[in-house]
Amino acid sequence: MRRSRLAVLAAVTGLLALTACSAATPQDTAPGAAGSTSAPASSGGGSRVVTVLAAASLTEPFTALATAYEQQHPGVTVALSFGSSTTLAQQIAEGAPADVYASAGESALAMLPADAAADGGREVVARNTVEIAVPPDNPGSVSSLADLADPDLDVVLCAETVPCGAAADQVLAKAGVTPHVVSREIDVKATLTKVTLGEADAAMVYHSDVVSAGADVEGVEVPAADNVVLTYPLLWFSKDRDVAGFARFVASPQGTAALTKAGFLAP
Amino acid sequence: MGRARARSAGWSRAVLLVPAALGVGLVVLPLLGLLLRTEWGAFAAHLAAPVVWPAIRLSLVTTLVTVALCAVLGTPLAWLLSRADGRAATWLRAVLTVPVVLPPVVGGVALLMAYGRRGVVGAPLFEAFGLRLPFTPSAVVLAQVFVSLPFFVLAVEGAMRAVDGRYDAVAATLGASPLRIFVRVALPLAAPGIASGAALAWARALGEFGATITFAGNFAGRTQTAPLAVYVALQNDPQAALALSIAMLAVSLLVLGLLRGRWMR
Repeated sequence: MRRSRLAVLAAVTGLLALTACSAATPQDTAPGAAGSTSAPASSGGGSRVVTVLAAASLTEPFTALATAYEQQHPGVTVALSFGSSTTLAQQIAEGAPADVYASAGESALAMLPADAAADGGREVVARNTVEIAVPPDNPGSVSSLADLADPDLDVVLCAETVPCGAAADQVLAKAGVTPHVVSREIDVKATLTKVTLGEADAAMVYHSDVVSAGADVEGVEVPAADNVVLTYPLLWFSKDRDVAGFARFVASPQGTAALTKAGFLAP
Repeated sequence: MGRARARSAGWSRAVLLVPAALGVGLVVLPLLGLLLRTEWGAFAAHLAAPVVWPAIRLSLVTTLVTVALCAVLGTPLAWLLSRADGRAATWLRAVLTVPVVLPPVVGGVALLMAYGRRGVVGAPLFEAFGLRLPFTPSAVVLAQVFVSLPFFVLAVEGAMRAVDGRYDAVAATLGASPLRIFVRVALPLAAPGIASGAALAWARALGEFGATITFAGNFAGRTQTAPLAVYVALQNDPQAALALSIAMLAVSLLVLGLLRGRWMR
C-alpha cells in the first residue's frame, strides 16, 4: 500500500521535473539552442558558424539577410537567435556565445562590458519608429493615441524593461496619455501576437513590425511630434573574416535595402 | 583471489559512483550558483523592490485557489477513476495526463483557443456578457489548474486505488450510499495521498510560467506571478530577480521538508 503510493509519487515527481524543464518560453530557449551550435567561428575549413543575437523586431530582415549571406558564402552558417534586446545583452554579458549582436535602441548596450566590441566594431544599421497595431477590423475603433485611454479597450505594451516598452512609455508620456494596459509582454513579437490573435484591441510596437505582419494587423500612425526614433546599433565581437563579413554585409546597401523593405528607416 | 575480488568490487562501485556524483552536481550546482551570486548584504533591500511583493502575493493567492479547485474537482474524479476499469476510464486517464507531458506554452495557446476573446468558449462569453478572461487573475488560475489538476488526480487516484475495495463493499452492504462511502471511507483512508497530491499540484502551480504568460499576459499585481516577475526583473534588476528566486527556493524547500516529514518517509 505504502509502496505503491510512493511509486506514484515518485513517478509524478519525475513528470513534474520533466514539465518544469519545458516551462521556458521560446525567447528563453532560442539563445541556448543557438549557443549549442556555435563554437567560436573558426576561420577557414569545414563549416563555419556565425552566431547572431538580434532584437526580436529584426526577425524578418535578418532571417532574409542570413539566407542571402549563406548563399553567397558556401560553408558559412549564420545561426540566428531573436529575443528582447535586454535579455540578449544580459545573456552576452553572462558569457553566452555570440559573434554579432543587434539591439533595438542604445539602452540595452549598457549591460555589455564597455570594451565588448573592441576587437570587432560597431555600426548603426537601421532606425525605427513606434506605431499602434490593431486587429484587421479594428474592433476597438482606435484612431489615435488618446483612444488608448478608453477603459473598454485592452491595450498591450512591451515590458518596461525592453526597448519597445521604454519607447512606448516615452511616446505615451509625450502625448500625455495613460492607456488602459492589460499586459506588458516580454518582447515586441509577443506584444504583436496578442493583436494578431485578436486578444488585444491595440498594441504599441515598431512601424517595422506592422509592415512585416502584413494583413494580420493594421497600423495606426503616431504623429511625429509624439513619436521617438530608435537607432539599431550592430556590434561584432571579433576580427574573424566571417563575423566581420556578415556584419559589413548587414551594413551594406544590400543590407539597408532588406531592412527598409521590412519597414525600417535607413540609418 | 580475495584481493582481486575486492579490487573489482571497488572498481564497479566507482563505475556507479562517478555518474551518480555527476548527476548530483548537475542538480546542486545551479542551486549553489543562485546562493553564491546573491548579494546577501542587500538581500532585504532587494526583496523590497516594488516588483517582488505584488508578485509573491499574487502567486500565493492564485496557487491556493488553484489547489482548492484541484481538491474540490479532482478528488471525486480520482475516486471515480480509481473504481472504474472500463475502456472509457482508460481513455479518460490518458486525456487527463496530456497536460503533464504538454509543453506549458502549448497549454497557454490551447487555453487562448478555448477561453480567448475569439475562443470556442471565450467568444460566446464575450458576446453575451462582455466577459474577458485573458489578462485577468482568473486566467492565471485557469492556466494553473490546467497544468496541475492532472498531477493531483494521478497522485490521489493512486492513493485511492490502494484503499482496499472490500471496505467499500462492506460499507455498501451496511447500506451506505456511494456519496457516504466516498466521504466516510475513501477520504479518510486516502487523506495522506490527497495531501501529497495537493502539495505536488501546488508546487506545479507555483512554478507555472509558459501557460501563464501566453494566456494571462504579464501585468504587475494582476497577472504577473513570481516566476514571471523573476524573468522580467532579470532584465533590469538582476539582484531583485535573485532575491525573488531565493524566496521561491525557500518556499519550495519548506514544502519539500513538510512532504518528507509527513508523508514520504
